[in-house]
Amino acid sequence: MSAFRKPGRGAVNTAVSVNFTFDGKKYTGVKGDTLASALIANGVHLMGRSFKYHRPRGPVGAGSEEPNALVVVDRGTGRESVNLRATSVEIFDGMVARSQNSFPNLKFDIGAFNNTFSLFFPAGFYNKTFMWPKSFWDKVYEPFIRNMAGLGPAPTAVDPDSYASSYGHCEVLIVGGGPAGIAAALQAAKSGERVILVDERVKIGGSLIDAPNCEIDGKPAADWLAAAVKTLGKAANVTVMNRTTAIGYYHDNFVALNQRLTDHIANPKDGAPREETHRIRAGKVILAQGAIERPLVFNGNDVPGVMLAGAGQTFLNRYGVAVGHEVAVFTSHDSAYQAAFDLADANIRIPVIIDVRDDIRADLRAEAERRGIDIAAGQVVSKTSGKLRITGLEIYDPQSGAKRTVKCDALLMSGGWTPSLHLWSHSKGGIKWDADMAAYVPDVANENAVCAGACNGDFGIAAALTGGNKAAGGRKSYSVTERDFGTGVTLDSLPNYIKDTKQKAFVDFQNDVTEKDIKLAVREGFKSIEHVKRYTTNGMATDQGKTSNLNALQIASKAVDKPVEKVGLTTFRPPYTPTTFAALIGHCEGKLFDVKRVTPIDPWARERGAVYEPVGNWMRARYFPQEGEDMHAAVRRECVATRESLGIFDASTLGKIEVVGPDAAKFMNLIYSNPWSSLKVGGCRYGLMLNEAGFIYDDGVVGRMAEDRFHVTTTTGGAPRVFRHMEDYLQTEFTDLDVWLTSATEQWSVIALNGPNARKLIEPFVDGIDLSPESFGHMQVRTGKICGVETRLFRVSFSGELGFEINVPSHFGRAVWETLFEAGQPYDITPYGTETMHVLRAEKGFIIVGQDTDGTVTPHDAGLSWAVSKKKKDFVGRRSLKRSDLVAQGRKQLVGLLPEDDSVLLEEGAQIVADPNQALPMTMLGHVTSSYYSDALGRPIAMALVADGFNLNDQTLYVPMPGKTHAVKVTGTAFYDPKGERLNVV
Amino acid sequence: MMLIHCPYCEEKRPEIEFAYAGEAHIHRPVKDADDMTDEEWSHFMFLRDNKRGDHAERWWHANGCNMFFNAVRNTVTDKFLVTYKMGELPPKASASNAKLPAAKKTGGAK
Ligand SMILES: [Zn+2]
Repeated sequence: MSAFRKPGRGAVNTAVSVNFTFDGKKYTGVKGDTLASALIANGVHLMGRSFKYHRPRGPVGAGSEEPNALVVVDRGTGRESVNLRATSVEIFDGMVARSQNSFPNLKFDIGAFNNTFSLFFPAGFYNKTFMWPKSFWDKVYEPFIRNMAGLGPAPTAVDPDSYASSYGHCEVLIVGGGPAGIAAALQAAKSGERVILVDERVKIGGSLIDAPNCEIDGKPAADWLAAAVKTLGKAANVTVMNRTTAIGYYHDNFVALNQRLTDHIANPKDGAPREETHRIRAGKVILAQGAIERPLVFNGNDVPGVMLAGAGQTFLNRYGVAVGHEVAVFTSHDSAYQAAFDLADANIRIPVIIDVRDDIRADLRAEAERRGIDIAAGQVVSKTSGKLRITGLEIYDPQSGAKRTVKCDALLMSGGWTPSLHLWSHSKGGIKWDADMAAYVPDVANENAVCAGACNGDFGIAAALTGGNKAAGGRKSYSVTERDFGTGVTLDSLPNYIKDTKQKAFVDFQNDVTEKDIKLAVREGFKSIEHVKRYTTNGMATDQGKTSNLNALQIASKAVDKPVEKVGLTTFRPPYTPTTFAALIGHCEGKLFDVKRVTPIDPWARERGAVYEPVGNWMRARYFPQEGEDMHAAVRRECVATRESLGIFDASTLGKIEVVGPDAAKFMNLIYSNPWSSLKVGGCRYGLMLNEAGFIYDDGVVGRMAEDRFHVTTTTGGAPRVFRHMEDYLQTEFTDLDVWLTSATEQWSVIALNGPNARKLIEPFVDGIDLSPESFGHMQVRTGKICGVETRLFRVSFSGELGFEINVPSHFGRAVWETLFEAGQPYDITPYGTETMHVLRAEKGFIIVGQDTDGTVTPHDAGLSWAVSKKKKDFVGRRSLKRSDLVAQGRKQLVGLLPEDDSVLLEEGAQIVADPNQALPMTMLGHVTSSYYSDALGRPIAMALVADGFNLNDQTLYVPMPGKTHAVKVTGTAFYDPKGERLNVV
Repeated sequence: MMLIHCPYCEEKRPEIEFAYAGEAHIHRPVKDADDMTDEEWSHFMFLRDNKRGDHAERWWHANGCNMFFNAVRNTVTDKFLVTYKMGELPPKASASNAKLPAAKKTGGAK
């Protein structure tokens, strides 16, 4: 047994030893230890280096509030967990842990020269020092900061673990399993309602374990706790969740819980989730989070071995570990005396209790005397000695000026207690300043929530039990024998004979923020506490200032000479403790990261080796390469085959909306810019949709299936917003219309056949439709059968060739596709993807909404004035089209561009200028929106939005691209077969 | 995550089922639109109150019943005071602090 282990004390099992390594050295702890308690039991306090000055640090706390002892636990590749608090990490046999932020090792750290030069690293040093010269940032400052001021290194390999997530509901959720939470759970359990009690530690019990020297209802605390745990365990309506942190409290009592499932196990089962995120909706939330002790801000308060009094008490009572052999105590609060007494009663020498107050409570004085503990009242610690571990301290009496030194190997400090208002504040619960306690306490609730116990400012076991019981609707009063928790004082600044500039009194340990820094920030004009926080970085570390915020606030309040309650408190934000990203992501990774939509024909394309591109949530075949082909070669072949004979294309992703009802045509007239009343049943029309601002919103071919029924198609990516747009106007503006809208995108598979042989191919398979050009002209739709399957057959063309879009019920899509593909072999039927589709449409000058338009393009700008009705009294966008700036001269208009050098493919997005020799910055006229090589034309073509483009026909403009500026000629956009004669093939 | 009461489904549903749809009770001029100056038209098109406090606004039960409805929500506390159907007037009691423009019963209730 190690020298600092106290057999018979603590809730650990000393019979079971646990072996682990820290920084490569072997240690032995016991079952139930944390990494911190096991190391302290081995006499090790030095566990990390601070963020800015690389100062040696040991644990200050004993729980999740710990700012200093941050470590890496390494379970192999991809499983290096960094920035873990040694005070929360449970050890297991074979655990490999490392310190971080130190080089080459913890005891000798090169970065500590920052410390030597700390005079030059005051508040705001990141903001000030690295402002100038700008060019130094990338090369000098940032690499320097990254090297020196890193926290733990993020793993570079993929995390191989899995993470679970779930939703839960309960009537009462209790956060915190100390006496208040347990009393609340015992009371709530009686109602029979669903109760969830969560606690971040291994066992519930809280201060009943950390400070068990009391009796409850005549029983020792430990016995009472055991009975309570048993009762809750038996209650079918109560769920107790340990190792579970309530990380965030959101609207309407929605609380996120992070449960750690396997980190404490040496060899977790393969595939067992490492953590689980529970999203709980609770009827009522009882917050029993307790309070966090405040450090005292004095010179030398960061040497390893200096820690919170309550932490020293916890290490002894929970883990059976003495934090030292000679433990001095420095306090401004009564509660530290109990810590001193607990340690003294475990045969740990307490050389002195230094109390900043002159008057000491009589019972405490008597108890100290009984244990032979010297009290230095009205005195302070003026400095500490020791570098890697405290070796002694100097006591200073500000009244007499007397100084004396005391040897010690640990120092417990207490500056009073801060109720934990984190979750309460997440819920937007109000807070108020309690001057006696020198702390904020809960005020008016914003949700159905209540605080109980120390987080409500009710300290002591009796108050916690009674408060917890009451929070759950009970009226029980507990009889508890305990020492009065007591009170304390807060001093803005502890007296010291040493000059301010020579002191190192830390407020925020992890970020190395000192009292001086905060005062300096105020002197430099930062008056708001939010600004002080950001300028000094106080409270911005991974502990979010759990131990430092109140001290910082008090120092700042004094410096700005305003009462604390007028200075305010920085905002608490989730998560309460650092949380694994993967736990938030849960199952939503890899394949489940996002929805991937595929068409029924997709497996066929996949078998053919298609190359894909994402379009919205859809994965679409981009091209079908044959052996040895790159995209360019494949697309050329696909284009030629389609124009010369026959291409087949999966257009199933097109958005489809069925517009039905007696007023369907009226609705179409209002929602589209072109007229619909004149469209006969069996006819199709290009539909142009504007938003209210008059800009192009979507487009697509619409077929009139019946007097009261339209088959609307939208762009692939636009379907959801078009549907919403239609519903919005139908439900809120055109409310007198009798129309139904149904999203039908996934009801139809769409096979587009394009090419001179399209009709010949389908003729043998079509029933009930006369396909002759006289009967079934371009822009017509018919219903009938194809391959025996019901079809809506559109004669439309997005390629300029004779074209059909065959709509069949989705599940028949692949069968019809394969039948046609087989039958198309004599025509060398060629499957093509979106890239060829784009080239073919660009050759015809057909726009792609969102590519050739950008939300600021009017129909006129796009050359689509013909699709805007002059007669209709109303349609969406009509009035805005008359706005002065939408009819102004010089707007960007869609034109064609032909590069003079026909080996040049313009870059989409490239800028366009009139004179390439003008001074910089050049006046930019617009940009290239689409650019392809056209085999049909034997040259590259492009479309572009160009200022006053319609008036620049035949003129030469210039497109600067990397390496060279290219001359281009402005043309119209109908590059190929401008008269549309190819549609008339018989 | 908020719970929002859909006046059509008549129950509270999680926020992720809904989409915000802008300020409520903005009259869309139709008959007189041609006579309006660009300045006047811009008030309908672009200008919104961006109110601090009780705010009448539209929500869409997108992943639910697909209905648009109105709500009064306090933009400071982020709490819904009331939700009501499209075309209805905001219930008075709920909107005691809110100066809400009168809603049109039919049409114009966007
Ligand atoms: Zn609904």
